[in-house]
Amino acid sequence: MKHFLLAASLIVSAPAAMACETVTIGDLTVEHAWSKATIGAGRPGVFYVGITNAGSADDALIGIATPAAGMPMLHETVVQDGIASMPHAMSIPVPAGQSVQLSPGGYHGMLMGLTTALKEGDSFPVTLIFEKAGEVTMNVDVLSLRAEGPDCADAGQ
Amino acid sequence: MRLRSLQIILWVAATAAVVAFAAARWWPATEDSAAAASAFTPTFALADSEGRIRTTDEFRGKFLLVFFGFTSCPDVCPTTLSEVAQVMDDLGSEAGSVQPIFISIDPERDRRLGLTDYTKAFHPAILGLAGSEAETQVAAASFKIFYEREADTTSPDGYTMAHSPGLYLIGPDGAWLRQFTYGTPAAEILSDLQSRL
Repeated sequence: MKHFLLAASLIVSAPAAMACETVTIGDLTVEHAWSKATIGAGRPGVFYVGITNAGSADDALIGIATPAAGMPMLHETVVQDGIASMPHAMSIPVPAGQSVQLSPGGYHGMLMGLTTALKEGDSFPVTLIFEKAGEVTMNVDVLSLRAEGPDCADAGQ
Repeated sequence: MRLRSLQIILWVAATAAVVAFAAARWWPATEDSAAAASAFTPTFALADSEGRIRTTDEFRGKFLLVFFGFTSCPDVCPTTLSEVAQVMDDLGSEAGSVQPIFISIDPERDRRLGLTDYTKAFHPAILGLAGSEAETQVAAASFKIFYEREADTTSPDGYTMAHSPGLYLIGPDGAWLRQFTYGTPAAEILSDLQSRL
């Protein structure tokens, strides 16, 4: 019975734990990558992640690539004078010694031309392309449409 | 010397006249706009996903939570609709007194993509409306909100929508009550509603 409960708790906690993959490239640590379920494949998906630059040189996220979408782009939600718009972000600065969050209401990856609808519990790879550090690929977990962020024990956000 | 005093008197009189004129023009104007801001009654007449025209009149007696958005909006709109969904869940037995409404500012594309499966994915209580371009402009103007189509080659179909991202609360008598600015937590919206129910 004890073993059964242990196994059951592992199965239940597994999806949440997956959202907590951390990858490093050079001085950059990339973690808490997540996305939201979409309704069909006709509307764009979204991509959020946290990046920390522990080095002494500035870097920048200049692009993303994924087999899940034909046209992934970086965008920024800007609310100015009471109007929300979503300009294309050519690059997202990751200054030396600082952390940058792609999170709801700010910078985000917009995944256009989804190859298939994103379903809660799915995951897909995204390659982040940095100006100096180069490329790194990680798994992105698809959370519910109403999720506000990954439920990581070490999320600290 | 006498001329000098006369000059002073004339200047004082002229200044007083200017001040009086300005006051006469300003006072009523500010009072009028304040009264208008507190008393305006937004209206809409827009088709639902089945093509039936829904108007503000049919919701008298209920509080309306109105959000203008578009379903291809990946960041702002899902965040606000998730908050609305949370509010509806947390209202419990009082949920019947509140009607959440999503008004598409991108009606042609949203009708094509499907409005109901979008709103239902957040909460079954949310009513999605998508009228004609002209009807949508009239509704937006009556809520005093702004939206605009922007050409953007980095967005789906080559355009995106800039819009007022607030959530608007309309009272049971149809009068505008307040807006919740973008990012207002669901708990704050809930406690405001509960204080009125």
